[in-house]
Amino acid sequence: MPQTLYDKLMSAHIVREEATTSLIYIDRQLIHEVTSPQAFEGLELAGRTPWRLDASIAVPDHNVPTTDRSSGVSGIEDPISKLQIETLDKNCKAFGINEIQMNDIRQGIVHVVGPEQGATLPGMSIVCGDSHTSTHGALGALAFGIGTSEVEHVLATGCLWQSKSKNLKIEVNGKLNELVSAKDVALYIIGQIGTAGGTGFAIEFTGTTIQDLSIEGRMTLCNMSIEAGARVGMVAVDDKTIEYVKGRPMAPTGEQWDKAVTYWETLHSDEGAHFDQTISLDAKNIKPQVTWGTSPEMVVAIDGVIPDPDKESDPVKAESIKNALNYIHLKANTPINTVVIDKVFIGSCTNSRIEDLRIAASVVKGKRVANNIKLALVVPGSGLIKQQAEAEGLDKIFTDAGFEWRQPGCSMCLAMNADKLEPGERCASTSNRNFEGRQGQGSFTHLVSPAIAASSAIAGHFSEVK
Amino acid sequence: MEKFTKISSIAAPLDRANIDTDAIIPKQFLKSIKRSGFGPNLFDEWRYEDHGEVGMDNSKRPLKKDFVLNQEQYQGAQILLARENFGCGSSREHAPWALEDYGFKAIIAPSFADIFYNNCFKNGLLPIVQSNEVMDELFAFKGEITIDLATQTIRTDSQTYDFEVDQERKRRLINGLDDIGLTLQYADEIKAFEVQYFKTYSWI
Ligand code: SF4
Repeated sequence: MPQTLYDKLMSAHIVREEATTSLIYIDRQLIHEVTSPQAFEGLELAGRTPWRLDASIAVPDHNVPTTDRSSGVSGIEDPISKLQIETLDKNCKAFGINEIQMNDIRQGIVHVVGPEQGATLPGMSIVCGDSHTSTHGALGALAFGIGTSEVEHVLATGCLWQSKSKNLKIEVNGKLNELVSAKDVALYIIGQIGTAGGTGFAIEFTGTTIQDLSIEGRMTLCNMSIEAGARVGMVAVDDKTIEYVKGRPMAPTGEQWDKAVTYWETLHSDEGAHFDQTISLDAKNIKPQVTWGTSPEMVVAIDGVIPDPDKESDPVKAESIKNALNYIHLKANTPINTVVIDKVFIGSCTNSRIEDLRIAASVVKGKRVANNIKLALVVPGSGLIKQQAEAEGLDKIFTDAGFEWRQPGCSMCLAMNADKLEPGERCASTSNRNFEGRQGQGSFTHLVSPAIAASSAIAGHFSEVK
Repeated sequence: MEKFTKISSIAAPLDRANIDTDAIIPKQFLKSIKRSGFGPNLFDEWRYEDHGEVGMDNSKRPLKKDFVLNQEQYQGAQILLARENFGCGSSREHAPWALEDYGFKAIIAPSFADIFYNNCFKNGLLPIVQSNEVMDELFAFKGEITIDLATQTIRTDSQTYDFEVDQERKRRLINGLDDIGLTLQYADEIKAFEVQYFKTYSWI
């Protein structure tokens, strides 16, 4: 029977099947400092040890400062951030887990580091105590976020109980308009299907538009599958995937490489495979997107206007529009490109890869950040990306334009480290979540692509690239 | 894990859709490296007038009087009623930990976010799905509600509603069984799988 990619990946990993759930073997577990301490605590309390040490790789990212780190972990000002990172270091040492520590050049956001190091390989089952683990599906892997008790479960047993999701195909065909990026595709899809549109599904993104995306772009797209309600987002393996993996530090070599490639080439949905649902979209309808509300589905094109709750026939939707506008201090029917911003954040596991930085740099080159912008941040996804960007002179372009160039980490994606918005501040952000208070209590987040973040920084309000 | 059999309690009605995990437990509290003690900060931004931070004496903070958990009649509620897509957002387990630590044992809503739904079972919380029509009735009902996991029913004084739950999850909840111990019963099976697996996928 023809199988979907998701079905293939699931069946390759089934250790034991029960009526509604299966025990799945986990190839790779990525660990960061926020969702692991309680898991290690649980292991220790129960006197258990990790099942397979080389399955795991750890890196601190959520809490790391993005400014000066020359005094190491002991120099972190926030006592709780410091405690979490110290706890990760301590646990990895105690249990013998491979950790990329804070001041290692390879350190960065866990979902950037995994693929970059070749710790993420096609066909692998990958978990992490973080919902954006879906990112790794861009390489044809089965990757999903888990909670802390599951982190403990995978550490202790090498496996996880999973019930099968339904298959959803999202097909995008056609050539993207100029300056429309994977981020716009992601936001557009969520705008179309809603934040619960993918609930219960594993999404496979297909179509010529997706094939044309770089691996970085596919990661951006798969990253936001979770905002579309799905735990898993995937793209089939093709030549680009294999090219991307080749030569990565943890990728196989020699004979093993050839053997792996032969297998990886089978990682696509078979002709005629059954999808429970298919959604087809046309790339030419996708314009640069900006969210206006407090959910990623509250999104309009850059030339669009903020919706009017009085024109919404569904009372539940009208109410949520009203609540969102009330929170975010915006009025219905306002053109989004007149909305003035205070801060700009280019970074996060959605958009902090070299390609993102190149696009943003090309937009700001030779220009200056508008006077009303209090802070514009560029935070590379890893130390290696930072190094690469510096070699290309991108840091200089950003700092000349008035941006701050920071150390890698999650930074202002979430208000957990020193990079936060103040109440009432409005931010153009390349991250993935615009929930109330996500970037700081009482702050307003608008999700955009790196190009739009860059052009909006220059304009001082949301703006198309001029 | 505590055993879950039958509970009878007043239900706190939280009449909102898309309640995300950041609202359930704001992120400044996620920094703890422990599993317990999150209850006082459950729904922190909706519950208190001031901005909550780790280490504050919550008993001294000014309450938002009209928030449901601050109302006299809902004190001690073990059941929470909510609307669609409850628990959306981050995968962090602090949300079920906070709900459980506060004293909730069950949440009834028309739909839940996947990860949150799974995390509930792992922490002895029972998420129950009911249709919008039933939810409207439950929201309107003001008395004590009984949830019986064995018979998979919700009872008010005049109505009984059935609910679905995965049988394996039910068994574990009822017996208060720890997941890891259960899985390790299959340790030999996992080892046998690995031998075959690493032969086929030798590069991993
Ligand atoms: S960058 Fe943001 S979304 Fe990504 S892992 Fe970090 S906090 Fe989560």
